[in-house]
Amino acid sequence: MTAFSSIKAWLSLPVAPIQFIVNLPAQWIGDVRTVINTHDNLISENLRLRSDQLLLQSRLQRLIAIESENNYLKSLMQSAQKIKTKTLIAELLAVDSEPFMNQVILDKGARNNVYMGQPVLDASGVMGQVVQVGPITSRVLLVSDPHSGIAVQDVRTGTRAVAVGEGYSGKLRLLYVSKTADIQPGDIFMTSGLGDHYPEGYPVGKVINVNSNPTAQFKEVMLEPSAHLDNSRQVLLIWMEQHA
Amino acid sequence: MHNWTVIIFSLIVALMLSLLPMPEWAMWARPAWVLLVLIYWSMTLPHRVGVLTAWMIGLVMDLLNANLLGSHAMAYAIVIYLVTRMYTRLNMYPLLQQGICVMIFVILYQFILFCIQGFAGALPASNWYWLSSIVSMLLWPWLFVLMRDCRHRFSVA
Repeated sequence: MTAFSSIKAWLSLPVAPIQFIVNLPAQWIGDVRTVINTHDNLISENLRLRSDQLLLQSRLQRLIAIESENNYLKSLMQSAQKIKTKTLIAELLAVDSEPFMNQVILDKGARNNVYMGQPVLDASGVMGQVVQVGPITSRVLLVSDPHSGIAVQDVRTGTRAVAVGEGYSGKLRLLYVSKTADIQPGDIFMTSGLGDHYPEGYPVGKVINVNSNPTAQFKEVMLEPSAHLDNSRQVLLIWMEQHA
Repeated sequence: MHNWTVIIFSLIVALMLSLLPMPEWAMWARPAWVLLVLIYWSMTLPHRVGVLTAWMIGLVMDLLNANLLGSHAMAYAIVIYLVTRMYTRLNMYPLLQQGICVMIFVILYQFILFCIQGFAGALPASNWYWLSSIVSMLLWPWLFVLMRDCRHRFSVA
């Protein structure tokens, strides 16, 4: 069975040219937009990015201190810690698949050491995980796919749950949340790091709807994914410690 | 050889059209490009394009879409088998009637895929899924004329 899936992954090489050619128009549109951008626009964008960078840098300084303190405390408590060592920016290919397939294709593959099950993030949250690694492309299962499950934790209260995709609606649903759990609309859920697939502490989604139906066994909680699943162009691949 | 070049080129263009990014509101309205081109070729040149070609192109389509390997292959092969059984009749029909037949073929194709998706566990939970067959029917006359002109221009026989 693994041999078959590896053959299937290799067969993504001969079809990759078709995907890259289909991707070209979208790339050209982006290029043309850059070319016809006015000087003023670029200057204002540059200024904005610079101030953003300053802000983020200052936050990062504080974060480094907090992270080292956190590591120190964790080592005092002798708990296992995971340090992310390597990241890589990948680009999505502008290729549609059928509407009920919640998958995207990245332009990085085995030659960039992408591995099966690798977490994929975008600027605002977790996007999904790599499910097929071809030689030059790879396929990402989005968190909104019904086959995707992800271990999450409420930022406010620490309640743990599993978030699974709801399919084409693009929402997530929490499984097995007891009725007494303290979850309110607006709560942010982040990855809990349990399950060893996703690194700990990245936002997954925001609660939009909590429904405790008296006849149901569990509380029904819906999440809106934090990541921009349908309009991100660039994503971040993360190597967990054991693969780095 | 020359004939096959044209046929395969047209099929690759159809594959690209089926991958081309479309806006969110039009996502269910994508016609079954590959199936339409396959129907055209197996209708006009049933001795060249038949079940085997349909099967191969279906496998390529599955690889492109990351569907269950063989699902499109099976759907295409079944539909093209029916087309090759009744190609003489289809050739006699006026364009409108052809279009209706094509709609029935596309519905059959979608139904097969729907069942396979159901078994695989991710059913398209929207009735807009079936819109594609109507769009394919509306597109058929134009596609037919275009493909016929191409065929005459490159003298494919």
